[in-house]
Amino acid sequence: MTVAAATAKGAPGLETVGMTMRFGAFTALEDVSIAVAPGTVHALLGENGAGKSTLVKCVMGVQKASDGQIMVAGREVDVPSPRAAHAMGLGMVYQHFTLAPSLTAAENLVLSRDDAPAVIDWAKERAGLEAFMGGMPFRVALETPVGRLAAGERQRLEILKQLYLGRRFLILDEPTSVLTPEEADEALGFIRALARSGDITVLMITHKFREVDAFCDEVSILRRGRHVGGGRAATLSHGAMAEMMIGAPPPERPKRAPKNPGPAALSVRGLCARDRSGLKTIEIEDFEVRAGEIVGVAGVSGNGQMELVEALAGQRPIQAGTVAVMGAPFHATRAEAQAHGVRWLPEEPLRNACAPGMSVAENVAFRSFDANGFWVSAAALRKVAAPLASAFNVKCASIDAPISTLSGGNVQRAALARELSGDVRLLICANPCFGLDFGAAGEIRARLMAARDAGAAVLLISEDLDEVMDLSDRVVVMSEGRIAYQAAAAEADRAEIGRRMAGRR
Amino acid sequence: MSETDLGLWGVPLAMLAGAIRVSTPFLFVSLGECLTERSGRINLGLEGTLVFGAMAGYAIAYETGSPWLGVLAAAVCGAGFGLAHGAMCSLARVNDIAIGIALMLLGMGLAFFFGKPYVQPVAPDLPSIPFGFWSDIPQLRAALDVNALFLVGVALALAMAWMFRATRIGLVIRATGDGAEAARALGVDPVRVRTLATAAGGALAGVGGAYLSLYYPGSWNEGISSGQGLMAVALVIFARWKPVNCLWAALLFGGAGALGPALQSVGVTGGYYLFYAAPYVLTLGLLIAASSPSRALAGAPAALGFNR
Repeated sequence: MTVAAATAKGAPGLETVGMTMRFGAFTALEDVSIAVAPGTVHALLGENGAGKSTLVKCVMGVQKASDGQIMVAGREVDVPSPRAAHAMGLGMVYQHFTLAPSLTAAENLVLSRDDAPAVIDWAKERAGLEAFMGGMPFRVALETPVGRLAAGERQRLEILKQLYLGRRFLILDEPTSVLTPEEADEALGFIRALARSGDITVLMITHKFREVDAFCDEVSILRRGRHVGGGRAATLSHGAMAEMMIGAPPPERPKRAPKNPGPAALSVRGLCARDRSGLKTIEIEDFEVRAGEIVGVAGVSGNGQMELVEALAGQRPIQAGTVAVMGAPFHATRAEAQAHGVRWLPEEPLRNACAPGMSVAENVAFRSFDANGFWVSAAALRKVAAPLASAFNVKCASIDAPISTLSGGNVQRAALARELSGDVRLLICANPCFGLDFGAAGEIRARLMAARDAGAAVLLISEDLDEVMDLSDRVVVMSEGRIAYQAAAAEADRAEIGRRMAGRR
Repeated sequence: MSETDLGLWGVPLAMLAGAIRVSTPFLFVSLGECLTERSGRINLGLEGTLVFGAMAGYAIAYETGSPWLGVLAAAVCGAGFGLAHGAMCSLARVNDIAIGIALMLLGMGLAFFFGKPYVQPVAPDLPSIPFGFWSDIPQLRAALDVNALFLVGVALALAMAWMFRATRIGLVIRATGDGAEAARALGVDPVRVRTLATAAGGALAGVGGAYLSLYYPGSWNEGISSGQGLMAVALVIFARWKPVNCLWAALLFGGAGALGPALQSVGVTGGYYLFYAAPYVLTLGLLIAASSPSRALAGAPAALGFNR
């Protein structure tokens, strides 16, 4: 393959040749050869565990590949450490933020430089930063602590930091996972424009096909450590890419049976609670979830969704307003939850909904273990848990193993098995498919849909707008702690939702 | 009595004098703890470091005849304790709170053990600067007799605030306090930063101890500390991890500590022990007022886990 070495402005191309990475008997990466042409945006697609992060870690010098070569700007190079990668102009923007939240943007930028002076002359540095920002298509507030910037601004700052440090080949690890659709489009548009003008070359890890279509020139797809396909983004259909990623036709979207929603299962009136910082409040004027419908709450994380869930679950004091379930006042006590069939699936269930050191059986039986009063029988627990675990496909060595030994998908299934057992009339779940692969996510979504079809009211809070749009009967957008938009899913407009998520009307 | 009778004016004056005199150990220990906590660790052992510093400072001052050499020795011993804390916390699965409590008890025990021969001898005091020379009122002159170490502490608070704002090392410490990940992303070894910050913090606590034995109360005995090392931890939280706020908080605590003796000097003897408890009541009151069950603590270094 012939690839020009670099653009006129010095953005290099990069090639991996026969990259192989073995951890003992396990092969994480096998003979992967991809070529990223200079001045292009190249997408790297793959499921969890397909080897995407291993590949970029080898390129960035975080791990040493067992075999294979890396070519930067047409020359074979050795990348023994991240420092060496940086010296060659390779930079990486991680999925989680690496900026120090209590430092300002200016402090973060100056400190990230290898030649940061021991005593910082802020007048001089500020002038330099202003000059640098002047040449960039978007600006970031320099004097605000990074922790107070919106996620989109932080992501932009991460990219600006790489440019400030003179890196010309950027690896972006799911750069838009924390952004609104509009912010994502803006950030990716910026990245593509920089690539087009020859300023940078980009390798972007993603699993959003929409972004591949709209912003990427080429695609490489990994599955189980192997390069299984790729090509020009314009020539590949979503179905073809999905099939290469999972090695089988993608799971079907859950089918929606037409259903007339019943009476209100959850009604919230004039709810007011403080958020974590104590500076802002969430205020929910009037909100209902009715039996037999899924209400999806979309929004950028940190706009009050988690506070809403905590307030409903009794984890956050309510300052004003009422919460009623099945028409009766609800204070989230165990007795009330059991009487009304209220269930929760919080995000990160291993941390928030399980006792990690206790067995799968015990965790699955948490809803019913005290039904017989004071004494608990381990045999009875197992008798309850075993059929539930198998009905929900929980794969574990034994139901007596600690639940923390299970994979993320299996923990999620186990928690769902517990929450969907018995008479469920209201299910509140937050980011139920976060971090799961296609198959597991499809299964969980089908379960939620089945609960709705069986007549349960489902409140689904998710940062994944596609998930909200796919599952919900009604869509609600939260912004700045308030409900900014409500519409039936069939009539909801994606662009409008994106604007509301960003806090605009 | 030759003293001029100031009546009730004696109370605020005595409190001002007390604030300056009593606050110095609070100031040094809280600055040390502020530095350590900003790097993402809590050192609860500073009470032990303080007591050991008091003993070491007194002993060296007595042996050499120079109080400043005593202060230096206290700083070196304090740095040793801080280094021990930092090094032990760098091991996997070692908890900084537990190590801190162990080191607190160890520091006090060692101080009592080595300090036995120095309970009787009299060591030279640290010098003070008579800012009240212009006045004829003896109480005012006494109040404005400011120890040099207090001025060093004030300068240190300002210098530390500047360091956190305008030096690379200050920014690195703050970034490390935000989390080990943030530090590693900068190519900084968080373990090293935290160990050194704990050592420097320990040195400051040792100096605070030397002040106790070399100026006020000015002698070495086993009851020399009244929990300043522990209260300084609360004080840092109250000061929201800002060095200059540590200065104000130390003055406030010093003033509260002087309330009992001041009232006694004007003849208020009722509730004597209650007034002596003022700093402790203040500690509790401030901690309750400064906390909230549903709100995150502003300014807390994220690595301390207060807001998790």
